[in-house]
Amino acid sequence: MSVKQKDASIPTLPLGVVISRWIGRNLIRIYMVFAFTYLFIPVAYTFAFSFNDSGKSNLIWKGFTFDNWTNPCGAPQVCSALGNSIKIGLLATIFSTILGTMIAFAIGRYAYKGRSASNLLIFLPMATPEIVLGASLLSLLLVFQISPGFWPTVLAHVVFCVSFVVVTVKARIASLDPKLEQAAMDLYANEFQTFRRVTLPLVAPGIAAAALLAFSLSFDDFIITNFNSGTVTTFPKFVYVSAARGIPAQANVIASTMFFLALALVIIGQVVSRKRKVS
Amino acid sequence: MKKISTPYLLLLPGFAFLFVFFILPIINLAQTSTQTRVVGGDVLEYEQTLRLANYLDAFIENREQFTRSFIYALIATVLALLISYPLAYALAFKAGKYKNILLVLVIAPFFTSFLLRTVAWKQILGEEGFVVPSLRTFGIISENTTLTSTSFAVVMGMTYNFLPFMTLPLFASIDRIDPRTLEASEDLYANGFTTFRRVTLPLSMPGVVAGTLLTFIPAAGDYVNAQILGNPNTKMIGNVIESRYFRIVDYPTAAALSFTLMAAILILVTLYIRKAGTEELV
Repeated sequence: MSVKQKDASIPTLPLGVVISRWIGRNLIRIYMVFAFTYLFIPVAYTFAFSFNDSGKSNLIWKGFTFDNWTNPCGAPQVCSALGNSIKIGLLATIFSTILGTMIAFAIGRYAYKGRSASNLLIFLPMATPEIVLGASLLSLLLVFQISPGFWPTVLAHVVFCVSFVVVTVKARIASLDPKLEQAAMDLYANEFQTFRRVTLPLVAPGIAAAALLAFSLSFDDFIITNFNSGTVTTFPKFVYVSAARGIPAQANVIASTMFFLALALVIIGQVVSRKRKVS
Repeated sequence: MKKISTPYLLLLPGFAFLFVFFILPIINLAQTSTQTRVVGGDVLEYEQTLRLANYLDAFIENREQFTRSFIYALIATVLALLISYPLAYALAFKAGKYKNILLVLVIAPFFTSFLLRTVAWKQILGEEGFVVPSLRTFGIISENTTLTSTSFAVVMGMTYNFLPFMTLPLFASIDRIDPRTLEASEDLYANGFTTFRRVTLPLSMPGVVAGTLLTFIPAAGDYVNAQILGNPNTKMIGNVIESRYFRIVDYPTAAALSFTLMAAILILVTLYIRKAGTEELV
């Protein structure tokens, strides 16, 4: 009797559940396909047009060639702009990672007077639009009659990178298990040893992620750079300036290379951190 | 004694740096914003006055661009939220072992230069791209409708370009939700929608707040998308500030506009955080 009742109920309720779940599951898949297509369309376009035999202006498809890839510095200025971007990016990353990590440890590890004020000071640069950051630094340069250029750009990049470093490293510090440090202390490690042998290695992935973020923010920045770089040309600035008369396909080569490099770097990072977790 | 001073020593270099290169410039910007041009002086000669009317002039002259900036930024933020939320949700709960790889793929497009991607959209949506002809074939848009040089293109470009700032915080906070809380909600006879509205959404609110802020703030101050994808009638306040600095060389007005933009954003952000009730942002 009870078995029969169960049988009767199967086609009605569970089937509905099964169908709705099936639709639900596939809706998400369909959505993911659409979302990723949307995300990758401009990347695919940029990559495809890096093979365009286009001459000066890379707007219309004119034929397939490897020339742009074998001669990435073929267009005037493109490689010096790239070099500037890398130099500025590395310097801004080093400074902002050091300063930001120190601040993150202070905020994340200590209770002190003025802690909320320091949180605010970290939040403010993030709540300020880039154009205001760029414009305000430019107006200070004008007052002191310092001409915009390489170093003002580095300093401007450090300003907006520091906050992102603090937030990233702080999140990592907050997720640490305090028991690990207590254990080190129990094993007669002094404060410095505990920090160097336990705390720092545990926070290191957060610092690495923050450095990567800082570099990508700096490398791709245009607005602040445009205000403070003067005659120095960075890669985004090169693209912006040449947009009017046509961007050479070499720029697409460089952007595509950056894409694959970053992809490889992040995937290697993931694999390494997974291996560490296993061992 | 040593214990007390450690945090301050850690803060000192960073905050000294931020003071010199962030606070001082902002103060200087405020000063510049009330200067007036020296009568009969050089083009670049300004004297320090306290002319607050600069603000009024600047605002009245550019209130259209101000309003437009905030409306575009708002639409772009809402669109980015609508696109990102299902994506972040799917990554957190449905991606299983592919979670990390898919997360990398979400961020990956943003390592291709921001400007090149924007230019790419211009070409894709342009007359020679494949979108416009196919939309015309299907009769969705008429023969003389274009997609580039429109407000649609500007908002679309901003939505696309600031998407990772939305997706990442959303993912971080949705990923932190214990799936058992969702199961518990189902056990208590809540349907999918109720579970979402009463459990998932409230638990992901920190991500929603952080994501909308990180999208709205750069979007409101942006001028690159409007420059590349727009037309003279889609100019945003960023375009005005940029041209006041570099083309018209009118520093006081540019400074007043920058300061107004910053203040407006700070007020909106404060109100929003109060309303959303999340204090723990950074």
